[in-house]
Amino acid sequence: MNVVKQIFGTDFRQFTMVFALVVLLLGFHIASGGNMLTPGNMQNLIAGNAYVLILAIGMVMVIVIGHIDLSVGSVAGFVGMCVALSARDLSFPWWAALLTGLVVGVAIGAWHGFWLAKIGIPGFITTLAGMMIFRGGVIWLSGSVSVPVPPELNVLGAGYLPEWGPAFTNLNNSTLLLGILAIAFYAWSQISTYRQRVADGETGLNFTAVIIRLVLVGAVLAYVTFLFGSGRPGTSFPVPGLVLVFLVIIYHVITQRTTFGRHIYAVGGNKQAAALSGVSVAKVHFFVMMNMSFLAALAGILFVARATSAGPTDGNMWELDAIAAVFIGGAAVSGGIGTVAATMIGGLVMATLNSGLFLMGVGQDKTQVIKGLVLLAAVAFDVYNKQQGRPSITGRLFGDRRTSESTTDSTKVAPAAPAAPGTAES
Amino acid sequence: MVDPHAVLEMRNITKLFPGVRALDDVTMTVRRGDIHAICGENGAGKSTLMKVLSGVYPHGTYSGQIVFEGEEMAFKDIKSSESAGIVIIHQELALIPELSVTENIFLGNEIVAGGLIDRREARRRCRDLLARVGLDIDPDMAVKYLGVGQQQLVEIAKALSKNVRLLILDEPTAALNEDDSENLLLLMKGLKGRGITSIMISHKLNEIAAVSDAVTVIRDGRTVETYAVEAGHVDEDRIIRAMVGRSLDNRYPEHEPNTGGETIIEVKGWTVEHPNVPGKLVCDDESFVARRGEIVGFAGLMGAGRTELARSLFGRSYGIHRSGQLFLHGQPVVLNTVRDAIRHRLAYVSEDRKLLGLNLLDTIKQTIVSANLGAVVRRGLIDGSKERAVAERYRTSLRIKTPGIDVGVATLSGGNQQKVVLAKWLFPDPEVLILDEPTRGIDVGAKFEIYKLIQELADQGKAVIVISSELPEILGICDRIYTICEGRITGEVPRSEADQETLMRMMTTTVGSAA
Repeated sequence: MNVVKQIFGTDFRQFTMVFALVVLLLGFHIASGGNMLTPGNMQNLIAGNAYVLILAIGMVMVIVIGHIDLSVGSVAGFVGMCVALSARDLSFPWWAALLTGLVVGVAIGAWHGFWLAKIGIPGFITTLAGMMIFRGGVIWLSGSVSVPVPPELNVLGAGYLPEWGPAFTNLNNSTLLLGILAIAFYAWSQISTYRQRVADGETGLNFTAVIIRLVLVGAVLAYVTFLFGSGRPGTSFPVPGLVLVFLVIIYHVITQRTTFGRHIYAVGGNKQAAALSGVSVAKVHFFVMMNMSFLAALAGILFVARATSAGPTDGNMWELDAIAAVFIGGAAVSGGIGTVAATMIGGLVMATLNSGLFLMGVGQDKTQVIKGLVLLAAVAFDVYNKQQGRPSITGRLFGDRRTSESTTDSTKVAPAAPAAPGTAES
Repeated sequence: MVDPHAVLEMRNITKLFPGVRALDDVTMTVRRGDIHAICGENGAGKSTLMKVLSGVYPHGTYSGQIVFEGEEMAFKDIKSSESAGIVIIHQELALIPELSVTENIFLGNEIVAGGLIDRREARRRCRDLLARVGLDIDPDMAVKYLGVGQQQLVEIAKALSKNVRLLILDEPTAALNEDDSENLLLLMKGLKGRGITSIMISHKLNEIAAVSDAVTVIRDGRTVETYAVEAGHVDEDRIIRAMVGRSLDNRYPEHEPNTGGETIIEVKGWTVEHPNVPGKLVCDDESFVARRGEIVGFAGLMGAGRTELARSLFGRSYGIHRSGQLFLHGQPVVLNTVRDAIRHRLAYVSEDRKLLGLNLLDTIKQTIVSANLGAVVRRGLIDGSKERAVAERYRTSLRIKTPGIDVGVATLSGGNQQKVVLAKWLFPDPEVLILDEPTRGIDVGAKFEIYKLIQELADQGKAVIVISSELPEILGICDRIYTICEGRITGEVPRSEADQETLMRMMTTTVGSAA
């Protein structure tokens, strides 16, 4: 049983989410008569949802620090319009327009961060104000009409990777290369982690489990590569998807492996304790809010690039999709809990529902109802598990000692180690 | 005046808060390698002094000098005091529940290699640190799964990771049970052996006697006296006199025991399961009685299931009731909600005043009427004059020291807050009053007052149940004592036959099978 745990990991919730996603994809594939898992549909699904997923990356960080950002839709719309206007009215070249958009995003983020970190107005209020200000701003600036964006940007929002190399692969070779790189990197990281843990003297590790996991994940990655690479000629894994994958990797590392990321969780988990440990709470608040608007700007640019023009209602209600993705991904409203990876799964579940229900001819009205119920069910599942004191079902099945030890208030303390000044640090 | 062995001298420290002189010309010297105890009543200025020392209140916000290891210090924040080797462990533990032990220990001082956190190195160092504090746990475990005692040790490991030379502990054992306290005190002695000087704020005189080398008493923001402790001998009376500024001939008021009244409450076979852990019984077949006019003590270590028993009786506000009956005046009753319990004239005063007993945003009068609002309502609206009258009545009868009943409860001292909570629960006119750690966090003078109130209530014909982990307190005021261990009642003795050793033995032995 320990092997099962080593294959699928101890995070039962994340595993369930991945499982649910796979079941949804397969279910819709069958129900729609084989229209779900086609290259064209999946390329559309990724390209058409990349902007929401990018927003969700920033949103999970905001929610982890215990706040929420309601302004992201407005900010995305505002930035998209800034890009379009700077190109049309100020004759900026496409790259300058893009840069302008990002700078405007960072500036807006600094504005939100200032009110939250310096003045102490809760993020909910700060960004509710921001939501109104920038929605009003985009309508004001545009005079309520759509503005075209430089066509060079279109590749960002709707582009595909180049075709090259031998034709006998029957795949888009760029996609194939990415797939091979992904599998190789995954294999390398798994094996080196295993080696490191063995070197550190951990026992009970099972190499077979590592291999089984490698084969499973490798097969999934290979299938995904095939799926995206085998579309009609000229198509591949979409460029916005690539931007998204790139951001997910960067932000995963930032949140999990850097000091700043650690401080985000510390501030969200216990603000006072973090402050007493020398963490600057104001700095964390400021940069998380700033980063959110930066990502909102990027999302807005991707969207207008795909749509080829910026409209006054762009980004309407996006914040709600992003927030839903974060909570389906298992983040806690009270802060301190939530990861970028799980949020991506949450976002993909929503995207799959959208796409699958559309393929089955379910109307927008019913789709909304179903999405609402799924959000409620996912969070109810978390709350229920928490109330039952069952953070992980694997823990209950396989005797995870975390769950059993959490409840004994008697402390198990080994006799104090004999004084050994030689082991003293630094 | 310069002591050659001094590692720390604080000279003429004065710290003002708006309208309050929190510290007034405090001077103290700590010798190298000592465990130096600081005691004083709540609000005397102990914590403020330590916050000045550790840079929580930066240089410039107070006057006076801090000389550490021969150099004058001007800390601008916690980081600068830490880099000098002074680390404070606050009363409220500064750990992040969701983060792992390793992550907590290095929080604010992450081990970074090439811009990324070096988890491997952090885990390795964490294991060393945990071994030094004698803690055998997985460094990757989230802190929320640890007991309070273990968390306290993690805090110390965190301090050690910062290369601490002067460790400040603010009431380190306040939340610990006896075992964990002893463990911690042993560890402090061990650190002393390795040349780490400690300052410990404590209320517990027996602890001070057990480990400290010197004691400084602070009263009303001034140092009253400092003296060395010779060979583990502390003159407790002298410290108490210095703390309260008067001699306390008797820490417990005289009272005629009363155990002959009619039975008001009887509990038979009470069994309750833990709300989160299936199968774990927090109350296991417990039976007891309390009579009119009687003060019944429940002695048990922390985690023995005392609070769980009280709360499960009080409208089943804790745990899952499995079996057992509750009789009031001989009649079986089922209390499914707190409202039921209040209606049947039960009252429960929680051990956690700030979290469960009070809404700190409320005023005194709002708090006092809050458990029985119906009594001050007229035609659907709260009757302001009735509310005032009730609050004034309790203010006088309980001797609550306050400028007025419109004052926020947050501004009161611990003792007066406790009186307000008592008033809140007396207003519904209970027959059975369950007091859970009624004097926790209250200074010596106020404790005496609370004891007197408890006795007056018993004399008025109420059955008073006192839950406490302080044995002298149990022995000082209770007429009859039950002991609890691991969710079972392990003994019952009248006060006349009880002493600390017998009680402690019964509090640490389970009857029947080992749980």
